[in-house]
Amino acid sequence: MPKDGGIGASTVRREDIRFLTGKGRYTADINLRGQAYACFLRSEVAHGRINRIDTAEARAMPGVLAVMTGADFAAMGGNPAGWHIPSRNGEAMKEPKRPVLAHGKVRHVGDAYAVVVAETLEQARDAAGAVVADITELPAVVDMAQAVANPDLRVHDEIANNVCFDWGWIEDNRAAVDAAFKTAPHVTTLELVNNRLVPNAMEPRASIGDYDPGTGDYKLYTTSQNPHLSRLLISAFVMGIPENKLTVIAPDVGGGFGSKIYHYGEEAAVLAASRALNRPVKWVADRSESFLSDAHGRDHVTRIELATDLEGNFLALRTETLANVGAYLSNFATATPTFLHGTLMAGPYRTPLVYVNVKAVFTNTAPVDAYRGAGRPEATFSIERVVDKMCRELKLDPVAVRRKNLIQPDQYPYTTPVGLVYDTGNYPATLDKLIEIADFSGFEARRAESARRGKLRGLGLSTWIEACGIAPSNLVGVLGARVGLYDAATVRVNATGNISVMTGAHSHGQGHETVFAQIVSDKLGIPASSIDIVHGDTSKIPFGMGSYGSRSLAVGGSAMVKAVDKIIAKGKKIAAHMLEAAEGDIVFEDGKFSVTGTDKSKTFGEIAFSAYVPHNYPLESLEPGLEETAFYDPANFTYPAGAYACEVEVDAETGRVEVVGFACADDFGNVMNPMIVNGQVHGGVAQGIGQALLEAAAYDDNGQLLTGSYMDYAMPRADDLPMFTVDHSCNTPCTHNPLGVKGCGEAGAIGSPPAVVNAVIDALHRGGHTHVTHIDMPLTPSRVWSAIQN
Amino acid sequence: MTNVTMTVNGKAVSGDVEGRTLLSSFLREGLGLTGTHVGCDTSQCGACVVHVDGKPVKSCTVFALDVAGAAVKTIEGMANADGSLGVIQQAFQDHHGLQCGFCTPGMVMSAAALLADNPKPTESEVRHYLEGNICRCTGYHNIVKAVLAASGQDVAAVAAE
Repeated sequence: MPKDGGIGASTVRREDIRFLTGKGRYTADINLRGQAYACFLRSEVAHGRINRIDTAEARAMPGVLAVMTGADFAAMGGNPAGWHIPSRNGEAMKEPKRPVLAHGKVRHVGDAYAVVVAETLEQARDAAGAVVADITELPAVVDMAQAVANPDLRVHDEIANNVCFDWGWIEDNRAAVDAAFKTAPHVTTLELVNNRLVPNAMEPRASIGDYDPGTGDYKLYTTSQNPHLSRLLISAFVMGIPENKLTVIAPDVGGGFGSKIYHYGEEAAVLAASRALNRPVKWVADRSESFLSDAHGRDHVTRIELATDLEGNFLALRTETLANVGAYLSNFATATPTFLHGTLMAGPYRTPLVYVNVKAVFTNTAPVDAYRGAGRPEATFSIERVVDKMCRELKLDPVAVRRKNLIQPDQYPYTTPVGLVYDTGNYPATLDKLIEIADFSGFEARRAESARRGKLRGLGLSTWIEACGIAPSNLVGVLGARVGLYDAATVRVNATGNISVMTGAHSHGQGHETVFAQIVSDKLGIPASSIDIVHGDTSKIPFGMGSYGSRSLAVGGSAMVKAVDKIIAKGKKIAAHMLEAAEGDIVFEDGKFSVTGTDKSKTFGEIAFSAYVPHNYPLESLEPGLEETAFYDPANFTYPAGAYACEVEVDAETGRVEVVGFACADDFGNVMNPMIVNGQVHGGVAQGIGQALLEAAAYDDNGQLLTGSYMDYAMPRADDLPMFTVDHSCNTPCTHNPLGVKGCGEAGAIGSPPAVVNAVIDALHRGGHTHVTHIDMPLTPSRVWSAIQN
Repeated sequence: MTNVTMTVNGKAVSGDVEGRTLLSSFLREGLGLTGTHVGCDTSQCGACVVHVDGKPVKSCTVFALDVAGAAVKTIEGMANADGSLGVIQQAFQDHHGLQCGFCTPGMVMSAAALLADNPKPTESEVRHYLEGNICRCTGYHNIVKAVLAASGQDVAAVAAE
């Protein structure tokens, strides 16, 4: 049993109180004295040469304070790519400058080229309408195949064929993989599209720049998942503001899903405008701007081949992928289709030979970067679809085939042919659990019942793994990362015994304020109500890398536990002095330091007080105070895994698919708060079902975004989804972090899309439509109906 | 600029607005009631739902001048008189019906309107009613559960988790 409010308890969230009463403080809710308002001008064409931007009329409009264009930022640095991915021939990747505001050319619809700042938002908007931009439209390249094939179409004049890199993983294994395919008894081939998505956090991006002319300090309030990363990028690469003169504050943030990891040009623009005007400058995106300018996700075109024997044993797997990076490289755009995708191509299976080729392609579309799952959903979708297709070709049971190819529990640590070392897991156990909770044995009766109502019912499966808890710095450094990926925490015990924990992780829906307090409470034996979690403000927290890649608990939480351990270690020294005992004889349990074998003890509060009022204290050997900071750099990735099942009903007359059941058996390692973990899975699965059935960011041939609002982009709504069945009882604790945790934030979005598509194909086959071998996502009624009609 | 007066959460308020000022802007910028959120510009997301004379409306689609004299209720007016969470708010906390919190004010206001009309809705009725409120975090599972719980129904049987 978990301690009351400690590790493992489904404690309700403390942050809910402010969110439920309208007292949340999101960036758009912040108004600073004297603030002005910014409105950005964005390209209406996908590709164009900027001949002239006439701002004279706009400058003369009422309330206008400044109009800045790309020329005003031309001398500044560019927003850099965080990873260098070399091509397989050794060539460096192509890194065109990504300026604060477009200068010379605009390269996608929504590319910002000017900003108007005025006394009121209405005045800024009115004046934006008076800016006259003379832009010559150039041919746009939108389709990736065309981008790499047509030498006359260039997003960046200096990059032929629009290829950022041509990456092979692992290049040395290629010959062996190819040889295995030549002799394989059976090869299954599948060409598929992993559809482009818009992350659509419900809070649109917003930023307020606040320059203080008295001190020369800059403050940026912004919708960020990792304020220190934004500060580093702005300071070291874009604007050159010394880090110690820039504070970045990410207050309450209304969801991120990856889209708020990155530094965006608007942040630099409002800082520069604030510096120029000596007053705060605020910008809040409207939803249309979000659709056009937030980093999009996915957008792969993949050919995958699976070599097997006739019994369905996997012999080799190879893929060729075109990955869209859009018009400019967003901060993690190069890592997402490579080290977060290619390295996962073994999945949970013992496939002995794997080779992955990825070409990253520039197009005249919004930048594409990590979106919930980031590379791993793409890998999982490709693998799980080709496995299902193979099962149909060889008339094998998809459960039995998966079961016999899974890595077995006695094979850890398991080194994959794509460079990862899985530390622990039990994939057969989660598969067995899934079969139980999804009631596979009752499926036939449910199918017959659906058939009586004229519906085709199908059952789809996926068994998946991900690598998260990003990441061991020395390893990712070798692979091309340009930052470390540790995290940090400071535990400050105050003189009166209550505690402030400053974490480098950032909460934008995950509930850190509750869960992190549970953990510290459990470790220190003091009530969670005496513990505050502080995050999101670079002037308060230690240098951390924020939250993405399901890393908050595995990395940030581990740093916090290390800092707590240091507090306990120091507390033992203080207690030994006060209790006149040897340090080795002091034990700490349930908030009390005791001399082993005696009834002598000091409470945590007494030790804290003594640290700050050190009258009876070993000052000659120990500093006063009780505050510790720890940095934690993980020894390995963590490897959450699981098995998902989706049940659908298909109306063959209309092609409409309804998800009627969804079950998840996950292994997240130790679970700190089951209620919150379940909620994370629900949300991830909803996004995965959205990808599979509803969502697509569609551009026309001219690069116009056709799905630029909620009128056109189908977000999952309450009546599109069923209740979910979620289980995480089959857990194998992570072997290399102190909490034994693996991370749960992305799982749902990774494991679910192939389960949905496999279920639809299964329904069609059971209904006799056996000619349908694949349908590209999203499986809209028209696509399903067309597939049925052939 | 025109002066507009209305009642918000039981208090008489007034302010100068332009003809184009939306009710959401008046609440947020004019009155500092930032609990009402704006998540889209096409009246689709529902984060801005408030009650006008007891009916749910998307406050980003209503001009402030159009509701002159009306009684408006926002998320800031949903707690009990002693400041404790109201029944629906409490159910959202108990059942983890929110994550990032951005859609939450609109969800709570819509849920309150639903339960006023239909005190014991079915799961399907809740899902249908909340079509106009988009949440990106929760997958709606726990929102639906919270609304059913707020209606006094036993939610233990609704779903395994």
